[in-house]
Amino acid sequence: MRAAVIVFPGSNCDTDTHHALAEVMGVPTDLVWHATPSLDGYDLVVLPGGFSYGDYLRTGAMAAQARVMRAVREAADRGVPVLGICNGFQILLEAGLLPGAMLPNACVEFRCEWVHVRVETGRTPFTASADVGQVLRMPIAHGEGNYVADRATLDELHDNDQVVWRYTDADGRRTAGANPNGSVGDIAGVCNARGNVVGLMPHPERCSETALGGADGRMVWESVLARVAA
Amino acid sequence: MSGLPQIYTAHVFVRLKPGVNDPPGATVAAGLRDLGFDGIRDVRVGKIVDVELVAPDAATARERVNAMCEQLLTNPVIEDFEMELIEPQPLKLSDTAW
Repeated sequence: MRAAVIVFPGSNCDTDTHHALAEVMGVPTDLVWHATPSLDGYDLVVLPGGFSYGDYLRTGAMAAQARVMRAVREAADRGVPVLGICNGFQILLEAGLLPGAMLPNACVEFRCEWVHVRVETGRTPFTASADVGQVLRMPIAHGEGNYVADRATLDELHDNDQVVWRYTDADGRRTAGANPNGSVGDIAGVCNARGNVVGLMPHPERCSETALGGADGRMVWESVLARVAA
Repeated sequence: MSGLPQIYTAHVFVRLKPGVNDPPGATVAAGLRDLGFDGIRDVRVGKIVDVELVAPDAATARERVNAMCEQLLTNPVIEDFEMELIEPQPLKLSDTAW
């Protein structure tokens, strides 16, 4: 088992994610520079949060063109679990590896706070160990997490069980106040049709040990480690 | 003049598709109302990308900028674009690398 955390110019959650995987979970993990042409030998690929390329043009747009993204696409095609966190999610959207797009938060504020998300499906490697309906408390920190997709795409997401997390209150209820960014359908994370490529706005690497104020993010790592080991 | 490369400038206007929420636009509208401007119905914020390129003819320039828009300059999920191609200026010797 070996994990890759991709580093783009402007990534800023790369070492946190490396810490969560390598130190907290004990997984051999490499920081992999965006110019790397191959991801052969990796069983897990994580695109971390940050502000790659200064969010120039659109969030994630420039990083989606990086050389390593061809290797990410190949890994995804091989069935390797790929996780995009926050800016990593935005990059996967811009690369077309996940459906939909991001807009600036409806409140037009940068939201940096703890939120609750409800696990909507256990079909992805990152939620396989969770119970559907389980509520996780995780931090967010983003200005553009307002997920949007056209009606046909939303229907497809629903029909194929591709919505992975939704924002809810602590009791798992979808309320207007629980959605921090205006995301359509309170969507906090989605996956591709196959289920192995997953993106989410909250930061599991920032809540993988109790010293950080919460450890619900461990579920994401425990799920994928169990899946890769199986 | 065919065959001789020319410098084209393309003004690319990028707009959110109709119906796509525009939080920055709504904020600017509120700001204009706060300044006392009456009658503001809606504001949409987009961007302009000016691309200067060398191409053999206008059709080729247009084709290349279209491809740029599809691959990087716009996100077709949420954005539309229009292009305005400016009449070329003859390429001067000082513009070339050879």
